[in-house]
Amino acid sequence: MESSTKMHTKGLDFYYNDAQALYDISLEFPQNRVTALIGPSGCGKSTFLRCLNRMNDLIPKTRAKGEIMLENMDVFDPALDVVSLRRRVGMVFQKPNPFPKTIFENIAYGMRVNGVRDKALIAERVETSLRQAAIWEEVKDRLNESALGLSGGQQQRLCIARALAVEPEVLLMDEPASALDPIATQKIEELIISLSKALTIIIVTHNMQQAARVSDITAFFYMGKLIEVNNTDTLFTKPELKQTEDYITGRFG
Amino acid sequence: MNRRNIVQTIGFVLLRSAALINGTALAVIVWFMVSRGWRAISWSFLTQAPTDSMTRGGILPCIVGTVCLMGIAVAVALPVGVASAIYLNEYAAQGTFVRIIRLGINNLAGVPSVVFGLFGLAFFCIILKMGVSILAGGLTLGLMTLPVIIGTSEEALKSVPQTYREASLGLGATKWQTIYRVVLPSAFPGIITGGILGLSRAAGETAPIMYTGAVFFTPDLPGSLFDAVMALPYHIYVLATAGTNIAATRPLQYGTALVLILLVFGMNLGAIILRTRIRKKMRL
Ligand SMILES: Nc1ncnc2c1ncn2[C@@H]1O[C@H](COP(=O)(O)OP(=O)(O)O)[C@@H](O)[C@H]1O
Ligand SMILES: [Mg+2]
Repeated sequence: MESSTKMHTKGLDFYYNDAQALYDISLEFPQNRVTALIGPSGCGKSTFLRCLNRMNDLIPKTRAKGEIMLENMDVFDPALDVVSLRRRVGMVFQKPNPFPKTIFENIAYGMRVNGVRDKALIAERVETSLRQAAIWEEVKDRLNESALGLSGGQQQRLCIARALAVEPEVLLMDEPASALDPIATQKIEELIISLSKALTIIIVTHNMQQAARVSDITAFFYMGKLIEVNNTDTLFTKPELKQTEDYITGRFG
Repeated sequence: MNRRNIVQTIGFVLLRSAALINGTALAVIVWFMVSRGWRAISWSFLTQAPTDSMTRGGILPCIVGTVCLMGIAVAVALPVGVASAIYLNEYAAQGTFVRIIRLGINNLAGVPSVVFGLFGLAFFCIILKMGVSILAGGLTLGLMTLPVIIGTSEEALKSVPQTYREASLGLGATKWQTIYRVVLPSAFPGIITGGILGLSRAAGETAPIMYTGAVFFTPDLPGSLFDAVMALPYHIYVLATAGTNIAATRPLQYGTALVLILLVFGMNLGAIILRTRIRKKMRL
């Protein structure tokens, strides 16, 4: 089943100060597919992911070169309102980071900052998002309690629901399960698979079984370079390069 | 006991005595004031103006005056201080310009309070023609409190996890929405605490207000911001150094000092209660 390209990068270089962290990355993300970024720690996966919604803008003295397109939107266009980009490209972080607000307000936050005033609509979408993130049953009776009282796994699903509530088209996830126990991890993985029906997902993971379980496409990064990218099944069973094979068979990294 | 343990024991004893000196000093001051001042305090002392050349009567004008001065000080210093801290911590690119501003703030914190008083006299009272008034005195006090408020507000903003900012921006919030809706509420307890602490110190200052807002004697309560007032610290100073009968007014001096201390303690207590309330509400 073919799928059109939702987002792509072409010749992307990235620098922290003068230290180059990404070299000439060209990668395509097909619509409604899960793309996994794997590679050893420090190879630039997070840096790459944070380029896609311009989150690296927050870090002083960083510089990017090359092209990133979200459909027809040029992500690096100086005239682009980065806020409108981030509405379309949501993000879930490595450590669950709910706001110190109620569960309801956490989910409603994205709608409120984007100007949604209609109370009924907000309430409705809070429920939908929590259901999509498979956490509604656990929190429906405590929507007005602090989100900080939830367990780590629940907090992370809440953060996913929070991202979904602004109805993004692309969801970036940076090792979303690395801080969670196996059961919570399994829930997140099931969630990713079900969400990909409606969303384009790009997930960073250093867990190769996880990449194999959840993703359609896998890209292997090493030292700031994209080494190999292919259908997940192919990459894990018949890697083209020795470097990739060494990594996925655990000979290094 | 070997040498290392002896050294350690001596070290602990020294540290403990240092802490003890602190606590003792506070206890002695409080005991001193309470034991000599409480007899002077009565309902009429708190609700009447001084009479008989300030050898009798109460201190109501001083209480009202100090409260008014602090009201102006906080109304000016809190918004300006918090705004400066937000700019320095959230917006400004950390470069030479910000370093110079910070240097200025730190130096402002080191300026003796009497210099603030003279500045207030020259600038607010004379150049801006406010005269000796609540407004001029309050502005002078506010100016003096500014570095404290900026410093504590910056600390409070720095303690807000960066992950909150990232989460908010990642949801398509603007920088301003992020600051207003996420950063400030989280920093609020720290900002309020710092503000009240800075202010309670300013409440006891004499030098900045003696040329700018406070007068020796005025039995009437202020009718506008351009009236001069009596103030607790200045009243103590006046009674103790320039009164008509210094020895006879000793109880009044201690009584006034006790009221001032209670006011300051009350404010600090208020700050603590407020902070724990908010913390609990946010369950941080
Ligand atoms: N804020 C930063 N400032 C400077 N260098 C950074 C920063 N963040 C990451 N790096 C560097 O960029 C490289 C890639 O890091 P990162 O993208 O976090 O890797 P990964 O997510 O694959 O572990 C590393 O060498 C790291 O040290
Ligand atoms: Mg990373």
